[in-house]
Amino acid sequence: MQTTFPRLLQKHATERPSAPALREKEYGIWQTTTWSALRQEVQSLACGLHQLGLQRGEHMVVIGSNRPRLYAAMLAAQSLGAIPVPLYQDAVAAECVFPLNNAEVRFAVVEDQEQVDKLLEIREQCPQLTHILFDDPRGLRKYDEPGLASLDEAVAAGEVFARQHPQFYDEQIESAKPEDVAAMFFTSGTTGNPKGVVHTHLSLLDRAEAGAIFDRLTSAEDVLAYLPPAWIGQNIFSYAQWLACGYVVNCPESSATVTIDLKEVGPTYYFAPPRVFEGLLTSVMIRMEDAGAFKRGLFHYFMRVARQYGPDRMDGKSIGAVASLLYQLGDWFVYGPLRNNLGFSRVRVAYTAGEAIGPDLFTFYRSIGVNLKQLYGSTETAVFVCLQPDHEARADTVGVPCKGVEIKVADNGEILVKSSGLLKEYYKNPAATAEVLTADGWYHTSDAGFLDSHGHLKIIDRVKDVGRIKGGANDGAMFAPKYVENKLKFFPHIKEAVAYGDGREKVCVMVNIDFDAVGNWAERRNLPYAGYPDLAGKPEVYALIQECVEKVNADLAEDKLLAGSQISRFLVLHKELDADDGELTRTNKVRRGFIAEKYQVLIDALYGGKSEQYIETQVKFEDGRTGSVSATLKIFDAKTFATVGKAA
Amino acid sequence: MSKKIGDVILDVQHISLRFGGVKALTDISFNVREHEVRAIIGPNGAGKSSMLNCINGVYTPTEGSIMFRGQTFSHMNSRQVAEMGIARTFQNLALFKGMSVIDNIMTGRNLRIKSNLFLQALRVGPAQAEEERHREFVEHIIDFLEIQAHRKTPVGQLPYGLQKRVDLGRALAMEPQVLLLDEPMAGMNLEEKQDMSRFILDVNDEFGTTIVLIEHDMGVVMDISDRVVVLDYGKKIGDGTPDEVRNNEEVIQAYLGTSH
Repeated sequence: MQTTFPRLLQKHATERPSAPALREKEYGIWQTTTWSALRQEVQSLACGLHQLGLQRGEHMVVIGSNRPRLYAAMLAAQSLGAIPVPLYQDAVAAECVFPLNNAEVRFAVVEDQEQVDKLLEIREQCPQLTHILFDDPRGLRKYDEPGLASLDEAVAAGEVFARQHPQFYDEQIESAKPEDVAAMFFTSGTTGNPKGVVHTHLSLLDRAEAGAIFDRLTSAEDVLAYLPPAWIGQNIFSYAQWLACGYVVNCPESSATVTIDLKEVGPTYYFAPPRVFEGLLTSVMIRMEDAGAFKRGLFHYFMRVARQYGPDRMDGKSIGAVASLLYQLGDWFVYGPLRNNLGFSRVRVAYTAGEAIGPDLFTFYRSIGVNLKQLYGSTETAVFVCLQPDHEARADTVGVPCKGVEIKVADNGEILVKSSGLLKEYYKNPAATAEVLTADGWYHTSDAGFLDSHGHLKIIDRVKDVGRIKGGANDGAMFAPKYVENKLKFFPHIKEAVAYGDGREKVCVMVNIDFDAVGNWAERRNLPYAGYPDLAGKPEVYALIQECVEKVNADLAEDKLLAGSQISRFLVLHKELDADDGELTRTNKVRRGFIAEKYQVLIDALYGGKSEQYIETQVKFEDGRTGSVSATLKIFDAKTFATVGKAA
Repeated sequence: MSKKIGDVILDVQHISLRFGGVKALTDISFNVREHEVRAIIGPNGAGKSSMLNCINGVYTPTEGSIMFRGQTFSHMNSRQVAEMGIARTFQNLALFKGMSVIDNIMTGRNLRIKSNLFLQALRVGPAQAEEERHREFVEHIIDFLEIQAHRKTPVGQLPYGLQKRVDLGRALAMEPQVLLLDEPMAGMNLEEKQDMSRFILDVNDEFGTTIVLIEHDMGVVMDISDRVVVLDYGKKIGDGTPDEVRNNEEVIQAYLGTSH
């Protein structure tokens, strides 16, 4: 798309001035802003910012949830050729220091008092921050800080300026080129400082358009904007694609009302990470358990029907007349009302991404008629790399390369991407840029994966974690720990799993049971237990976990490439892996190396062929005291399967 | 901008209240200035709620008078007090448990609804326009108290801290000049107390509402009040800024305890 964001706004405001651009629920009513009204506001705000001294090429931070006025502020900054930098609204003050200083930010537009307080707290560390503009004046009346002003004031001043200089805004828009930098997104680095990912109008809009073409999006779509705008996913769905397609973005009343607002809006295009879908499903299941026997029976019967025929139906396959009739009945009695209750009645396309989604969860939504699909992409690729076509959605792939994308698998299994949506650079970090963006134009994703026989991309793990089995029956086979662990974690009874196998002759796994799920399971079986270590060590629980492990093995055996990653031996840990003990990162990812050191005796026992091992572990309690737990853990062998399939 | 505390708006003069032989209040005098946060504190049974009930018109004081905006009165019923612009919340939440949050707050608009019962029931003509106006006002309160997610939830299903907020919302719906709060933080956890303190200060700040509050929790009172009256056994034993009260020997003995 050879255009810029402000020019697109101009286009919509000219072509469809009275069509709705944004809706925001306020005072219990959905309030609409039309394209022409939005343009008016953006113009005033841009003039206001200009008067305050915002320069072309300068960065302007935007912090807050999805509020129409913050969207207008981003557009206003872009109209002047300035670069909006959205930051996460739930980041603590100290985390904002680096981005503010790195991008030499003088201007910040924020949502409310909470964000103002945050910026005032770090003002001494960021002396160049001279202007803080807020949207919601609540609680800010008493504040008397230099440079602190409301957006209302900027808009009012801008209106006066615009009347005196009627050509100013249009001239500003015209002088921006598609190749100019449009926005910068900071990625949360797990190590070191975050990196600012620089995108141009061209790269963002090119990807926005590619995604829109892929799913035939029109100006008639309704989108609910409820994820942080600082995350590129939300930014693409409710900003870039919003302007590219001209559809309606709906802003919820508050973060607490999202489910209610979702139901009221009934979006046609929806996006959520797996945990949101999981949360919705759990709430349905809990409420269903409280329903009367008749309703519950009806629900479970038709959910069986859905599981059996729903996925095929969704994939566009014929399911036969009887099944069609049954499914139709189910749709009337169960699926339709259920979709309505979840707010998915009008969903035409729904996406999940960000992490692996469990096959059961994925199938559930598809079986009740929600067109849930997966996509692959990152901040650096402006999201859209791969997308699943309507009838080819599967839980374990992320789809086919979309328009304008070239994919190549490097020798080490790393996926390389070439597209016009790639980042321009990491801001002020040429070394990091050179690492991921090579001179031949390929972006190195650091994800390992492959294209399957249908041309679908399958992600296995991070490249640095993928290893090889050494010695034994599967010598040289690929070992992807995260892939194995995820498969285990999809079982509700398993909370965490740590897989080892790189440079060893077989794969061994340590499993953490989910205390709630397994506890509940034990209670229903009248199985008494004293606490976590006791429950984890029950022979019945071992049998339960063994079943899960062997199911995973059977699954892996169907995949020639990963059949060697089948689990030979496993044990159930006597304590929960905990970030306080350093076993997990703060974002709850397992730290394999650390765990291997800490539980060295267990690793030795797993690979040494022992059938049980005594272990004593230090634990840190929440109040800072330490104690120790000890147990004798049993080690079980799991059945492995001969490779049945070819490479998927 | 710092808030401007104005002239005396409510003046309590020599109030005594007896129930038979029980002296609930004895010769209490204090005043409340416009836009201030005024606290009444004291140990259990000190007469705090009785004092509030006298101002509120629930009890008629045996002796003494109350002056509100230059008008002196000694006999008042609670409706008259409400019409004069004094609203209150309750220690034990007198909400309508089966009604939604919106409906509960709407009842606070009752005094301001002009159309008759018949028109209201049919929701026709001016009654409809009027209801919409009031609903809009109620929505502003819901927004202010951040309870949008519970708009249509029956109040009885809400956690206690939120019910307290609804109670406050209903009192605010009256657009009062003076707001009487009867132990607004009782039974709350720390976080709820902080939220409530913020709302009280915001009401005081944004709407300029004068606030008289009874509270048990000394920490909260000292933080948010401009002036504090201390009662003990129905008598006033202290009056002044939080610091003055904190250093008042009699108060320390009666309320904060003393080392013997």
